[in-house]
Amino acid sequence: MSTRDVVVTGLGATTPLGGDAPTTWAAALAGESGARTMDNDWSEKYGIPVTFAATIKEDPSEKLSRPETKRMDPSAQYAMIAAREAWQDAGAPEVDGERLGAVVSSGIGGIWTTLDGWDTLRERGARRVLPMTVPMLMPNSAVAYVSLELGAKAGAHALVSACASGAEAIGYGIDMIRAGRADVVVCGGTEATIHPMPIAAFAASRTLSLRNDDPAGASRPYDVDRDGFVIGEGAAVLVLESAEHAAARGARVYARLAGVGLSSDAYHITSPDPDGTGQVSAMRRALDDAGIAGRDVVHINAHATSTKVGDLTETRSIRTVLGEETDHVQLSATKSMTGHLLGGAGALETLFAVKAVHERLAPPTINVANPDPELQVPLVRDEPARLPDGDIAAINNSFGFGGHNVALAITNG
Amino acid sequence: MAHTASEILEGLAEIVAEETGLPTDAVVAEKSFTDDLDIDSLSMMTIVTHAEDKFGVRIPDDEVKNLTTVGDAVKYIEGAQG
Repeated sequence: MSTRDVVVTGLGATTPLGGDAPTTWAAALAGESGARTMDNDWSEKYGIPVTFAATIKEDPSEKLSRPETKRMDPSAQYAMIAAREAWQDAGAPEVDGERLGAVVSSGIGGIWTTLDGWDTLRERGARRVLPMTVPMLMPNSAVAYVSLELGAKAGAHALVSACASGAEAIGYGIDMIRAGRADVVVCGGTEATIHPMPIAAFAASRTLSLRNDDPAGASRPYDVDRDGFVIGEGAAVLVLESAEHAAARGARVYARLAGVGLSSDAYHITSPDPDGTGQVSAMRRALDDAGIAGRDVVHINAHATSTKVGDLTETRSIRTVLGEETDHVQLSATKSMTGHLLGGAGALETLFAVKAVHERLAPPTINVANPDPELQVPLVRDEPARLPDGDIAAINNSFGFGGHNVALAITNG
Repeated sequence: MAHTASEILEGLAEIVAEETGLPTDAVVAEKSFTDDLDIDSLSMMTIVTHAEDKFGVRIPDDEVKNLTTVGDAVKYIEGAQG
């Protein structure tokens, strides 16, 4: 491997499936759902048509001190928990702060803080608005706190591209290492938007599933009866390291982040380009960047949010890129279990793809009772699927509202 | 309802404990907010906001810089009560 190769040496997460990466991964392999009916009165109070979401499994107060929960928006709390776990998982590497970077994205930022601040202002006046409100609501809060925690001085960045934010963060971390600006970069994504206002807003855009009587079955990418996505919350963080740095300290390597492919649709503010040109471009760029061919790809973690149009467009794009090679791919749509973590999705799904390559096990897609005949891909359904021995490659796709396309190519370490 | 000095100290200790994670018994009159309790300006402003709310008083920003110790704050709050 060259000195510019980037590997993954640590994983951390707090998600609707579990309070850490191993629990989350085990639950995913077991086909569990993180979607549940919400324990609140928002539906009656505000007329919100959706009563369920993929809420965080473990309360952050289990892992954070009380002052920490008071000075960080939930999105930053989740990121901190995941970052700490990933760092320890990587063996808390000794690295000069000037060679350590952080890239942690949120699609929406500190919306709970923003809305609570507005409530306080209206109900109690300006003098009651807390001084920490701005540092808590700013979208860079999560990465700022993570960089503060780890002493990361090579740069702290928060790239925003809606549902592609988490993957884009990882892509940027890869670039930082390749450009020689850092040897280790802590990268990930987070989101905490399970609040009545954003839920009402997503519902108003007609993109959410309304399957209130069956929360666990609502996120059903590739199923003919899919009716929209399920909002999820949580964070996932990966420790990226130059291959040389990892080898020098004898670090355990999960996988290699071999390629990044980026593009933008310039088509519509929410809908993907139905031609899939941008998605195809991102995937091809990732493969070229990784120096691999379509036939090397054995696994794809699809973006697949469970919307009628989105799932279809992505499938066609995959077929365009891989052609007949598509038939050798084991495709997983893990949002069927986790829901859609928005800014956190790209990071969590990269974590899943890294684990899949490392353990040679693709997680299942659940809730595919009746596979949509228009969606022609070999789907891993219900049970995990073994991936082949030897050199293998996986792709993680993340596509965001606004036409942002990110494809990451992952190979065995 | 006017609070006594010891009620104010107790209430202030709770606020400081919430904000910093320090135990309430570490918050005693002689201690300096910055030097002894390691409280930065943002945390201080947060503590002031909570104190104004809890004790029904107003602590103007240019007064805060004079509140060096916990005791100074207790005294000010006691005096500011109607």
